Amino acid sequence: MSQPEHDAYAASPRTLEVEDLHVSVGDHLVAVSGVSFQLRRGEAVGLVGESGSGKTLTCRAVLGLLPETGEVDRGSIVLGESDDRVDLIAAGRTVWDRVRGSRIGAVFQDPGSYLNPGITVGRQLVEQLRVRGGLGRTEARERAVGLFTEVGLHDPAGVFQLYPHQLSGGMLQRVLIAIAISCEPELLIADEATTALDVVIQAEILELVARLRRDHELSLLLVTHDLAVVAETCDRILVMYGGEIVESGPTEQVLTDPRHPYTRALLAVATIGDWTRRTLDVIPGQPPSAGEEMPGCRFAPRCRYATQACVSAPVVTTEIGPGRSARCVRLDELDTEPGAVLVQDRIEATA
Amino acid sequence: MSTPLLRITDLSVSYALPRRGTGLGTGAALREVSLDVRAGEILGIVGETGSGKTTLARATVGLVTPATGTITFDGVDIGGLQGSALRGFRRRGQVQLVFQDPLRSLDPDLTVGQLVSEPLAIAGVPRSEQRVRVEEAIGLVGLDPSTIHDRLPRQLSGGQRQRIALARAIVTRPQLLFCDEPVSALDVSNRNLVLSLLDRLRRELGLAVVIIAHDLSSLAGVADRIAVFYRSRLVESGPVEEVLTRPAHPYTGLLTASAPSVAHEDRLRPADLRLEQGAEPPKGGPDSCVFLARCRFAHEACHQQPLTTPLPGTADRTAACHAATTWPSQIATTSTSTAADQPAAAG
Ligand SMILES: Nc1ncnc2c1ncn2[C@@H]1O[C@H](COP(=O)(O)OP(=O)(O)OP(=O)(O)O)[C@@H](O)[C@H]1O
Ligand SMILES: Nc1ncnc2c1ncn2[C@@H]1O[C@H](COP(=O)(O)OP(=O)(O)OP(=O)(O)O)[C@@H](O)[C@H]1O
Ligand code: SF4
Ligand SMILES: [Mg+2]
Ligand SMILES: [Mg+2]
Repeated sequence: MSQPEHDAYAASPRTLEVEDLHVSVGDHLVAVSGVSFQLRRGEAVGLVGESGSGKTLTCRAVLGLLPETGEVDRGSIVLGESDDRVDLIAAGRTVWDRVRGSRIGAVFQDPGSYLNPGITVGRQLVEQLRVRGGLGRTEARERAVGLFTEVGLHDPAGVFQLYPHQLSGGMLQRVLIAIAISCEPELLIADEATTALDVVIQAEILELVARLRRDHELSLLLVTHDLAVVAETCDRILVMYGGEIVESGPTEQVLTDPRHPYTRALLAVATIGDWTRRTLDVIPGQPPSAGEEMPGCRFAPRCRYATQACVSAPVVTTEIGPGRSARCVRLDELDTEPGAVLVQDRIEATA
Repeated sequence: MSTPLLRITDLSVSYALPRRGTGLGTGAALREVSLDVRAGEILGIVGETGSGKTTLARATVGLVTPATGTITFDGVDIGGLQGSALRGFRRRGQVQLVFQDPLRSLDPDLTVGQLVSEPLAIAGVPRSEQRVRVEEAIGLVGLDPSTIHDRLPRQLSGGQRQRIALARAIVTRPQLLFCDEPVSALDVSNRNLVLSLLDRLRRELGLAVVIIAHDLSSLAGVADRIAVFYRSRLVESGPVEEVLTRPAHPYTGLLTASAPSVAHEDRLRPADLRLEQGAEPPKGGPDSCVFLARCRFAHEACHQQPLTTPLPGTADRTAACHAATTWPSQIATTSTSTAADQPAAAG
């Protein structure tokens, strides 16, 4: 793993700043609470965590695309800096029209549901290029076929004329990726954007994104469950649990020396690309559901280190090193447990 | 060895060509695929995106009609079922398919409780029994029935939806379960939970399970055998660990080499399998091997598509490659990586 130092981007302009974000859904059920993070120009940040922990809602809040019953209750989301600065919480329709699809590109989970079923995928990309990119008809068509080629679709001209239901899951996902990068956004939000792709094409897409980061200083917010992908792609990692960020820091540090008990448990059950291990370990218990109120740590009911102090009062996020923090009251007392050491050995094998 | 529960023989499927018949190669989504699945077995399917994996699943549950070939389930030719016989077969729910895209396949207006009980109602399970079984199925996939029972699909996270789609499929206690990407949206812990659930179902109930997945490590954890697809063809099959560690088809080699992972020292590297930099891709015709244009080991014989044949020197492996026994040793001589544990060029 060759990862830049945690502060490699410290001097770069900020692309996105999320501060103390609170999102509720349904009947005022809190689903995301106190989420803060930053993305600098050219930087890639991985957002990982338990299913249902609030990753997608966080991304959708940044895009102003929360579900009907979803609401930002508190916090700020700011895109860009100085002249380019846009307050996304206050943004109205006209601002979003200039931002979404132009400055921020997004690829979502369930690709099928974000495309219009009655229009060929080629036309959907051409529309995007004409409206957002201001290209003429023929130019847009040529560029569209070029983009389809770039995302690794065989027979791009043939795919151009197909309707969404005629494409396989992975083909749809690549069409969405093409649309998302078509206007050279400064921020790409990729929510499980490569899960439907075979690993050969996934590697090609990740290489394409790496190139965009190098050449266009694209910033990447990558939501994924594949820790090996995070290890290969991201500078920093954010770990979510129960609507909160429980740990964050430089990828290599977090993966080799996890400090929060949830991160430790997650890494202990992960096989990270090991094909000889046939154990299927799980973290016992269930996560809290959205809206469930807990006075202390939300991981406590499943945590093997939990004490009275963990459940009686709110837990704050503690700085544990340059660019690293975790949200646990017992950080100082926890020594590296055997499970974490095991993972550490395997990760170091690549260095 | 018992007769297979599912036997697919020479299956080909073609979708109608789009208007003005452009593109899509020759229009065949599957070509001459033969595959067996036994009771109590877990078969993993991997392959290129668009190679026909979902099409195979859809054909098996009767959602698309094969152009040629037969599909027999428990001795009955389901490809030939029509009208009420087909409806009866579907209603009994012995074969269940978990769709790849749960948001599109789950009725958006039904609650989780309704979605999971629907297959029971169709199969004629008494109402009194339904509720218990629904809660049991939701619990088995790691979700809390009480908080989730009345939600609509769009009110669930991606991974929660994926697990509800699975709960809906196992609730009828089928004999064969076809899961199209059942764990792609799950964190590792929940992924392991679902995979061990499938493992338990096949051990305790003798369920046959087919899992389509892109994540090789999740298949390695649970599948007995694995089948590899490339452009509408089955190019390799065999015991999972052997196939993943000693691939016999160059495409399988490329797959294993490209998997994101904490690399093992002795693993193949993608560069060992890609065409050499700047090399002109081999040109083929309609009869050529499907992998020809990307294959580093293509030679004269490859202008004819190789049949899927038993791999020499093995008991239960097949491959469709003219160079299946020779390319691994070619890598050992052309690259610096240690490919020591590649299959010997057995004859
Ligand atoms: N429209 C909604 N109404 C009610 N609850 C919702 C709604 N949307 C999401 N939730 C709940 O909010 C929580 C966070 O959902 P989110 O989709 O952000 O999770 P996630 O971290 O992306 O999970 P996954 O990895 O499974 O996709 C989940 O518990 C989910 O059930
Ligand atoms: N309804 C349809 N009409 C026309 N062509 C289709 C239809 N469904 C699938 N195809 C085509 O058939 C081929 C195989 O698709 P299939 O969905 O079986 O692939 P897959 O292996 O499941 O891919 P993925 O891993 O991306 O899901 C693709 O080329 C696809 O474009
Ligand atoms: S048959 Fe020939 S072209 Fe096809 S994979 Fe084998 S060596 Fe390559
Ligand atoms: Mg999600
Ligand atoms: Mg598919």
